[in-house]
Amino acid sequence: MPNAIELTNVTKIYRKYARRKQFATLKSALLSGSLIHDLQPEETFPALQGVSFNVPAGGTYAVIGRNGSGKSTALKLVAGITKPTTGTVKVEGRISALIELGAGFHPEISGRENVFINGIMLGLTKREVTQRFDEIVEFAELQQFIDAPVKTYSSGMYMRLGFAVAIHVDPDVLLVDEVLAVGDEGFTHKCLDKFGEFKRRGKTILLVTHSLNLVERFCDEALWLDHGKVRGSGDPKRVVGAYLTDVGKSEEKELARLEAKSEQRAESQEPAVQSPESKVQGLEPSGSVVEDMTRIDEGRWGSREMEITAVTFKTANGEASHIFQSGDPMSIHLSVRAHQAITDFVFGIGIYSAEGVNCYGTNTHLEDLMSVEARGEGEVTFNIESLDLVEGTYKVDVAVHKRDGYPYDYHRLLHTFRVKSRSKEVGIYRPRHAWTFSPSITLKRGE
Amino acid sequence: MFENLRQLTRYRALIQSLVSRELKARYRGSVLGFFWSFINPLLLLLVYTFVFAYVMPPPKDIDNYALFLFCGILPWTWFSASLLESSSVLITGGNLIKKVMFPAEILPIVTVLSNLVHFLLGLPILVAFLIYFDAPIEPAELPWFPVALLVQLLLTLGFALILSALTVHFRDLKDILGNVMTLWFFATPIIYPWFNAPPSIQRYLSLNPFTHLAITYQQILFFPADTIAAGGPPGHWKWLLALGVGSMALFLFGYFLFDRLRDSFAEEV
Repeated sequence: MPNAIELTNVTKIYRKYARRKQFATLKSALLSGSLIHDLQPEETFPALQGVSFNVPAGGTYAVIGRNGSGKSTALKLVAGITKPTTGTVKVEGRISALIELGAGFHPEISGRENVFINGIMLGLTKREVTQRFDEIVEFAELQQFIDAPVKTYSSGMYMRLGFAVAIHVDPDVLLVDEVLAVGDEGFTHKCLDKFGEFKRRGKTILLVTHSLNLVERFCDEALWLDHGKVRGSGDPKRVVGAYLTDVGKSEEKELARLEAKSEQRAESQEPAVQSPESKVQGLEPSGSVVEDMTRIDEGRWGSREMEITAVTFKTANGEASHIFQSGDPMSIHLSVRAHQAITDFVFGIGIYSAEGVNCYGTNTHLEDLMSVEARGEGEVTFNIESLDLVEGTYKVDVAVHKRDGYPYDYHRLLHTFRVKSRSKEVGIYRPRHAWTFSPSITLKRGE
Repeated sequence: MFENLRQLTRYRALIQSLVSRELKARYRGSVLGFFWSFINPLLLLLVYTFVFAYVMPPPKDIDNYALFLFCGILPWTWFSASLLESSSVLITGGNLIKKVMFPAEILPIVTVLSNLVHFLLGLPILVAFLIYFDAPIEPAELPWFPVALLVQLLLTLGFALILSALTVHFRDLKDILGNVMTLWFFATPIIYPWFNAPPSIQRYLSLNPFTHLAITYQQILFFPADTIAAGGPPGHWKWLLALGVGSMALFLFGYFLFDRLRDSFAEEV
């Protein structure tokens, strides 16, 4: 099958101008007497480096990758909006680019007039727009409002109209950049149906998206871009899998970095943290101490007679990690150091959701473990057999304090871990569960 | 470049609908709407008439000073508004350039053309004045009017293309341009007749391309054909034709420059 889109060894370099230069451009250009010479860049940024891929005619091709990986640049090159610095881009047939919907709309004039102008802009003739006008308006579900100025439209209406025009251009090659998030659920389904129809009619679709489900379900092939380079291509399931693994790894790194940073900040702020401590101490009943502390932002305080020197989260096989699958075992390790022999101590753990909801809290005192003595270095491990939390980011408090609440070392929301799950349930707690049905009720596993 | 220029004819329908959109959108929502195209030049005319009739003495040797002014101001407004608007047109239309496959030169062209339409809409007022004041129009001179129009169109397009392309890279141009246009206005024989300028200045004035357009319009519409004094540099038709050639060259140069910088627009706006 012939290729509808061919990119051969494409490199796109964006130019960056130094700030100083921007202010002085005109003067320096006039002084040096050469405009062209002065347009030379001071610094460059490669958005794509040696990218090649082919999309066969009639194929549905997805480009995935993180923000800033060059996906949109690739799409713009295919659309012909920008030119590659080196390499060649070949596209066969009429292109319609759903890059920014309704980009050419003028707010002051009516939807009707905008449809005409937008249609002509996208390459239709006036007669073709007239023929398709009713269909476009119906698709956008804007029959009532088509004669109102576009500035009175809601953003959803605006996008729907833009989408409707672009899709009725009847292109051979459709370029889609993350535009499926425009309407309500119903409209999204309609868009997907329309894509399906395009596919059946043998049109070529190039899709840039973060919706990996869509890629797996809908595309024949996928390309993974990372920092402007191709990291993988081929079967969508395989590429998406590889991409997800990589995202997990870098999330892990990012969490570790954040945690190190917040620990460092807590460390450096220490002298100033006298106030929460005194506030905490001033409160009489020990129950309300905990309540009050939940309102304090992240930080670290305490007398440090006994210290928590390190906190690590570990997987079942003892590896330090910040990312756990829901339902997997996890353990929280505290390295502690008592600077003198201490007899009155309580270890506590609290787990908070990203919204600050206390998911679970406990301490050794509550669980009737009475302190006897701690001396020198030591390890404390809090073993969780099964991390039954839904997907999300969780923050952890760890503390060692006296039975009356007097803090030796309190780490408030300094430690973070993330729970991942293949299924997207809601809430906080994910009980282990299974569904059963009587034979009269049948269900089947979805894709 | 010539290939692109030829392509441009394919976008006739788009240019046409964008110009009409521009005109519709401009006065949408105002009470008088599209009549502003008539009223604006009229008000401008009143201001100048007031200044030169009551505040400052009008130049001698000119009977209908208001009419004289009008002949020059109307085309000047087309020219200066086109330049000022086109200097920012690529930036305000950045969305189109960045997101839609779109020949960018359409934007300055549409600006110039929609201002041309305003100019044409002002003409009936001018004609009404001409009839009212019984201006000495020589029918033989009238065919030169479209010629002057065409020359001005080329000249304006040339400047518009250059300015719009350069402003993308040098945003300062937009601010400078406002002042340059004021200076340019007074350096053109619009509020004063050419022959009132001292001969030493006249030499410099004739370097200003718009001088010849203004003189031509005034000659056609205002001065009797046999007024030697109005003719400015003797044999003014030659000047106009020379300007026509120059404008064509400017237009081609402008298009060339625009074409060279085209690829940078999507990245810079």
